[in-house]
Amino acid sequence: MTTVPNLAPSAPRASSLMTTFVRAIRPYAIPALVSAAVTGLLFATTRLSGRFGLALVWMVLTLFLVYVLTRRTLGAVTASDAVATVMLGFAALVVVLALGFIVGYVLVKAVPFVRLNFFTSTLEGLDPDAPATQGGALHAIVGTTAQVLIATMISLPFGVLTAVYLNEIGGRLAGVVRLIVDAMSGIPSVVAGLFIYSLWVVQGGFGYSGFAAGLALAVLMLPTIARTTEEMLRLVPGGLRESALALGAPEWRTALQVVLPTAKVGIVTAVILGVARIAGETAPLLMTAFGNDQVNVGSTFNEPQSALPLFVYQQFTSAQGSAVDRAWVGAFALIALVLILFVIARIIGRSKDAR
Amino acid sequence: MNTPVGASTAVQDQSDLIVDLTAGSLDSPRTLTPVRPRSDKIYRAVTVGAAMTSLVVMGLIAVFLVIQSIPAFRSAGLKFFTTNDWRPDDDPAVFGIASMLYGTFVIALIALFIAVPVSVGTAVFVNEYLPLRLKRAFVTVLDLLAAVPSLIFGLWGLFFLQPKLNGISRWLSDWLGFIPIFKANGIYTSSMFISGVVLALMIVPIISSVSRAVVAEVPRALCEAALALGGTRWGMIRQVLLPYSRGGLVGASMLGLGRALGETIAIALILSFDFTRSLHILQPGGASVAGTIALRFPEALDLGRSALSAAGLTLFAVTLLVNMAARSVVARTNRRRGGGAEATGARSLRIAKKIS
Repeated sequence: MTTVPNLAPSAPRASSLMTTFVRAIRPYAIPALVSAAVTGLLFATTRLSGRFGLALVWMVLTLFLVYVLTRRTLGAVTASDAVATVMLGFAALVVVLALGFIVGYVLVKAVPFVRLNFFTSTLEGLDPDAPATQGGALHAIVGTTAQVLIATMISLPFGVLTAVYLNEIGGRLAGVVRLIVDAMSGIPSVVAGLFIYSLWVVQGGFGYSGFAAGLALAVLMLPTIARTTEEMLRLVPGGLRESALALGAPEWRTALQVVLPTAKVGIVTAVILGVARIAGETAPLLMTAFGNDQVNVGSTFNEPQSALPLFVYQQFTSAQGSAVDRAWVGAFALIALVLILFVIARIIGRSKDAR
Repeated sequence: MNTPVGASTAVQDQSDLIVDLTAGSLDSPRTLTPVRPRSDKIYRAVTVGAAMTSLVVMGLIAVFLVIQSIPAFRSAGLKFFTTNDWRPDDDPAVFGIASMLYGTFVIALIALFIAVPVSVGTAVFVNEYLPLRLKRAFVTVLDLLAAVPSLIFGLWGLFFLQPKLNGISRWLSDWLGFIPIFKANGIYTSSMFISGVVLALMIVPIISSVSRAVVAEVPRALCEAALALGGTRWGMIRQVLLPYSRGGLVGASMLGLGRALGETIAIALILSFDFTRSLHILQPGGASVAGTIALRFPEALDLGRSALSAAGLTLFAVTLLVNMAARSVVARTNRRRGGGAEATGARSLRIAKKIS
């Protein structure tokens, strides 16, 4: 793989991530600091206010200073190059800051109210005025677990078989299937909820249940598993397949005993990514699981069930002060769950790269 | 694979391959018709069947949404697409999707207006500026942002971002208030603008990851040619990278649009729904299709739920169209890429003239 030659001297392999970073931003430090001072002065003396506006003014001033300073010493072409570098850097900075502020804010809001009973008790019979440290989301955690398991058990076989079809067999239909799977990954989650509401809850006459929620989540999970697994199957060397076939193995044994075991780690990654995608879904649960205050594993198929996102949403919209605090604890649990799942997927994926 | 011609009878006896020597001359390739064992036929049937589930599910979604929304369409008729108000459970029922559809697109456009520059900038920055290790770290950040649930984005937008955007909204309406869209009534919360900003952050990951793939497809030779001719890195990006990947970037943005149109919970939490078609994006008010479905579903009665299903059907059709169009745009630019060495050479010459 060729890369664009770096105009700036590239960092030696040994340097740490931090020094690479520092070296990259050093040329822009002076304009950034000067404009920070000016912006601060401006906001202290005029009617301008708001931290968001402060950041914007700082960015514009920095760009201006970078241009002016570079233009004087190095000319207009280099100056616009420097400005572009800073501008693109700001775009990337926005992304990093967004993630940092989201995770940080949820943490700050939730940590004062995190107690062990959040994971061991439910909302059943809880006084609406009870402080946020009382009551818990055990029923929601159990519900989410049940629904995610159901969704995985449905979408995993279909997703993997779809991927096997796309990658191992192919043919004229493969293009159509790929198109439809892509289209399916774009359907709004609320539409998946309405679909299961119509199919299962109303026309099927089964009512709200955790199983209905699992069905809706499976619709959302299938495309993620199918496409990720397809990518993973593509990485299996063709030589392995050909060896198996040359030894006289039929296609199904090649797929089952050679291709899929080789891509096992990749499929696990696909499942984890799929779970991370659906664990935080709220909208489809409103019309399928509907919510409940009790733990009900046994009646997953015929009674309304809660779920972690649903718990957060309903606690939040109930607008009681303590309920909102409890919602933040739920949000914290949710974001922790999703991010941990994600990091696990990454680590598994990485260890595969290393091999 | 090179079976000698004389061995054809042996091959036929094994009945694994049927070699037809009579078709065409010996110079043309033989036609091989593999005969599969029954187990493989079953295997193929099963996988094809599984692959068809996605087709079947998509069909079922359309069918069941239509079934569910028949009472609503029977009640409202074509007025469903022109009415602004949403009171399906009143007597007489008055409801239509016009204001919601309008609001959905306005919010999505605000989101795109912010997200496209940020995402494309991020994609270019990550691919062209960052050293390999920082690049990996950054891709993880993008993926993590994509994994944050919509609900969390909504809560964060409502509690954290909204107060901080107040200053900007006020400034915009103070100084640019003569433009109708920036006019406001003095309240700057729960607006389409704030919903759009939060939505922008939610669609940045998808737009920038597709953009990154598109930008990475640009032949390195073209970029290197531009740099070798003395162009700056920005010159190379502006004259080579972006023009070359324009189609793919449009497709990426449309994928983001599709995502934005279907966003539900974040908008339901932030926006104050009033079912009017208002130009003033900075003040409270507006509506979105997905948000209305989530907000109104729990307490809706029979006709109300049917009407919400009709809204969902419309949303399904719209997002499907946008997504299909986006994929075909991305696919078309990918196909055009098979230029070959000569085309690449001619192209780089043309670009070289432009740069110098």
